[in-house]
Amino acid sequence: MPYFTPGAAACPDCLEKTKSTRKAFRVLPGFNLTLGYTLGYLSLLILIPLSAVFLKTFEMSWEQFIGVVSAPQVVATYRLSFGASLLAAAINTVFGLLLAWALVRYSFPGKKLVDALVDLPFALPTAVAGIALTALYAGNGWLGQYLEPLGIKVAFTPLGVLVALVFIGLPFVVRTVQPILEDLDTELEEAASSLGARRWQIFRYVILPILLPALLTGFALAFARAVGEYGSVIFIAGNLPFVSEITPLMIITKLEQYDYRGATAIASVMLLFSFALLLLINSLQALTARRTGRDR
Amino acid sequence: MAGATSMHLGADHAARFEGRAATSETPLVKWTILALALGFFTLFLLLPLVAVFVEALRKGWETYLTALTDPDAWSAIQLTLLAAAIAVPLNLVFGIAAAWAIAKFEFRGKQILITLIDLPFSVSPVIAGLVFVLVFGAQGWFGSWLSTHDIRVIFAVPGIVLATVFVTFPFVARELIPLMQAQGKDEEEAAVVLGARGWQVFWHVTLPNIKWGLMYGVILTNARAMGEFGAVSVVSGHIRGQTNTLPLHVEILYNEYLFSAAFAVASLLALLALVTLVIKNWVEHQAARAYRETRESAS
Repeated sequence: MPYFTPGAAACPDCLEKTKSTRKAFRVLPGFNLTLGYTLGYLSLLILIPLSAVFLKTFEMSWEQFIGVVSAPQVVATYRLSFGASLLAAAINTVFGLLLAWALVRYSFPGKKLVDALVDLPFALPTAVAGIALTALYAGNGWLGQYLEPLGIKVAFTPLGVLVALVFIGLPFVVRTVQPILEDLDTELEEAASSLGARRWQIFRYVILPILLPALLTGFALAFARAVGEYGSVIFIAGNLPFVSEITPLMIITKLEQYDYRGATAIASVMLLFSFALLLLINSLQALTARRTGRDR
Repeated sequence: MAGATSMHLGADHAARFEGRAATSETPLVKWTILALALGFFTLFLLLPLVAVFVEALRKGWETYLTALTDPDAWSAIQLTLLAAAIAVPLNLVFGIAAAWAIAKFEFRGKQILITLIDLPFSVSPVIAGLVFVLVFGAQGWFGSWLSTHDIRVIFAVPGIVLATVFVTFPFVARELIPLMQAQGKDEEEAAVVLGARGWQVFWHVTLPNIKWGLMYGVILTNARAMGEFGAVSVVSGHIRGQTNTLPLHVEILYNEYLFSAAFAVASLLALLALVTLVIKNWVEHQAARAYRETRESAS
């Protein structure tokens, strides 16, 4: 709760009383209207269409469903999508923390610009990111021409998928960690320092535990985003079956073959996974809020 | 899930940490962190952005302008603007209604409702397109009804609008809910007690308090609406001049090996992204100033 109510501690019953009277007499108007509209709009545009995925999946028999979602080519896409997403989120966690640290603790020329551009992956359409990264990493591209002689092929390989997923997940860790770092009291570090802790020990035992829930939240957000990502990946991936095909692309491929059931079955697997991740993220954010005393 | 997309009102904090022995690193560590962080930033953010504009102008201004004045590009621009012009107001009204219900009243299942509003953020854009194919497509729930009445939703403009509304659904609501929760309802209740009507309360009391958060949400909604690719790609059918949005037009040009033209159209979208970031920063700046002023006048 944002406001401290002075009477609450002295008289717990009073709080109960005001709560129940508030329920009976709502001073502000518009509750039924706004809640009704919210529920109606949410159901019509999100919940009912999403339920179509599961209803369509239930039309299949269990054997058919398993046959589709565990086909070797589909399993290869899970491995790539989840593996590359995990790795990308891990890379973003490390470098996101470094970037957030630099933005909060150091002054350097161009800092405002860097801070503003961190949000670029949120604002830049994914297709644009996709062709730009391909231009950089293709065999004759800006960076590709120097990497290829070293035997490093990025575009049209799983590595290319990873690069695209790092790009789109970059802001998440920076933006979840940055506010926590800004709120950090210098007193904590000064106390630790005066008690004889080294700088590394201060980071490891004082700062990192405070940042940990935010880091995990950022990791989970970047991971969730990466698993479902489509636009920025397909250009640089080359989309070779069993090598650089991601799960969302598999859904599109099935749809283009008019295999609606197959597409829907894979989609339901992804949806279930996303829901599980969403629950995890919500509890992580609640944990962050509790640990740091922030509202969100 | 919008934790990372919400308004950030931080000022520059470096001064608090620099110059104190207990809160700063040795120069070697500091410069290593800076080098790694900025190297990562340059490699993954700055270079791709620069690449878009350099590649767009590689064959000169003439090719650039030809690509942008092409009739197919022009119809893609119009469709993109149309989709955003429908999706933004719809989700704006929804966002205000949802935030009013959630922030100003107590009811059971509130937390579940907030989670459900977040749902589109965690759904793959491809699935966001797929759901509308399942509902309105030829084999979908309403497929045969729609075809007997000769109404096209999938592979037509309505499908594109629906997919755009889906993927931009939570932005405004997610911005306003925590903001309005933090502001409480004392001011509104005072206004009602003084005789204001519901609409007057919203217009004169609530709106001035939430205007920066509202603008922030609208900017994010608009950027996503104009740039959405995956969801729109599923429902569009890629009919040139009819169901192509700007991002889809980029894909078509690119797949036809018209790289300069693809990057020219892409540069328009990159400019849009940069304008979005500039406005977003300005809004954050204004919101931070308004926040400081209310705090000063309160104390």
